[in-house]
Amino acid sequence: MSDFTIWDIVRNLLLATRWTVVLSIAAFVGGGVLGAILLFLRIGKRRLLRNFVKYYVELFQGTPLLMQLFLAFFGLGLFGIDVPAWVAAGAALTLWTAAFLTEIWRGCVESIARGQWEASASLAMGYVQQMRHVILPQALRVAVPPTVGFLVQVIKGTAVTSIIGFVELSKAGTEVTNATFEPFTVYGIVALIYFAMCWPLSKASQSLERRLNVAHRNQ
Amino acid sequence: MTYNFDFGWLLVYYPQILHGIAITIELIVVAATVGITVGICCAWVRALGPAWLKPPVTAYVELIRNTPFLIQLFFIYFGLPPLGLRLSELEAANLAMVVNLGAYSCEIIRAGIQATPKGQFEAGASLAMTPFETFRHVVLVPALQRIWPALSSQVIIVMLGSAVVSQIAAQDLSFATNFIQSRTFRAFEAYFFSTVLYLLLAILLRWVLARLGRIIFPRTVAR
Repeated sequence: MSDFTIWDIVRNLLLATRWTVVLSIAAFVGGGVLGAILLFLRIGKRRLLRNFVKYYVELFQGTPLLMQLFLAFFGLGLFGIDVPAWVAAGAALTLWTAAFLTEIWRGCVESIARGQWEASASLAMGYVQQMRHVILPQALRVAVPPTVGFLVQVIKGTAVTSIIGFVELSKAGTEVTNATFEPFTVYGIVALIYFAMCWPLSKASQSLERRLNVAHRNQ
Repeated sequence: MTYNFDFGWLLVYYPQILHGIAITIELIVVAATVGITVGICCAWVRALGPAWLKPPVTAYVELIRNTPFLIQLFFIYFGLPPLGLRLSELEAANLAMVVNLGAYSCEIIRAGIQATPKGQFEAGASLAMTPFETFRHVVLVPALQRIWPALSSQVIIVMLGSAVVSQIAAQDLSFATNFIQSRTFRAFEAYFFSTVLYLLLAILLRWVLARLGRIIFPRTVAR
């Protein structure tokens, strides 16, 4: 029975980690693009669109990611689409990531002092010019640390996709446990692999915050 | 699209749904009370505590904050029994949520403590208060008040995250949903309905925490 060495366990888990990484990157990129579009609607002039994005964010931040996954998994199926787990996982995580990034970035844009808008307006800049030359360059710097920090949440979020059957690190952990009967070791290693991915990002987020703030103060 | 929506099925299972809601509420009440207490203790250690206690607390906080809740839950429920600690599904779910919220609230509360002006500590000392009395009476309450909105958000995040405890067969709201789904094959309706319930629970919880904040922190202590 216990023919599994620690190395066997680690190797199998690391192989599955690829899919955690791929899914995280897909969700982050997809969510980033969608989040940027939603951000412009959220801070734009059209009230209807502003409210739509507001409720979108409310909905995705106020419900469990697990339920969103199930709805994507079973909901898309209602339209006659055959949904493999990876499609549902990618779709749900993208929508979820977009909601959080929109809200994070909105905070960053709104942290730019009112006077900056007024100053650029007084220079006869249009909305697009104000955004492009004045607001976004400043907001971007504020946005980098929390965005990197949120990547940690995305990586941890992918663990939930194991529940609808997507084979990534968490699912592999369960499968390896079922084969080896060593839950303590296996889940311990799984936790350490997640930690190895997330901790550097957390640290990077913290140091970026410190660095970019210093730059701001010296300005 | 030829699918006919039928939410009528759900009504048949109202006892399971009510039971699930009750368990989810129970989980979050325990997690919030015990977890925030753990968070306060850890925040004290990280901000003001003795140096030898800091590394283990820091390790706990960093480890929990950088691993998924699902893995923490599996580790506690499946990983600890071989070591002789066997917990029931609900105990494991409760413990995992307390451990999780403890780590997150520690960081939030620490930020509140560290935002306390130095003069507050000196003022406490000048009234012959011990460092502990100063912390308890002068520092902690304004610190909690400062970070109450962030702490409330974290409690809501943990409540929503608790949906995965159905994976160790703890009978919360998502367990009830899975149960109904497996009986009726009405997957979309079941998950849609409980998503709405979770949203309502989140809104309710936010309201309760805001009320609680106003009761605990009278306006006179405001910054």
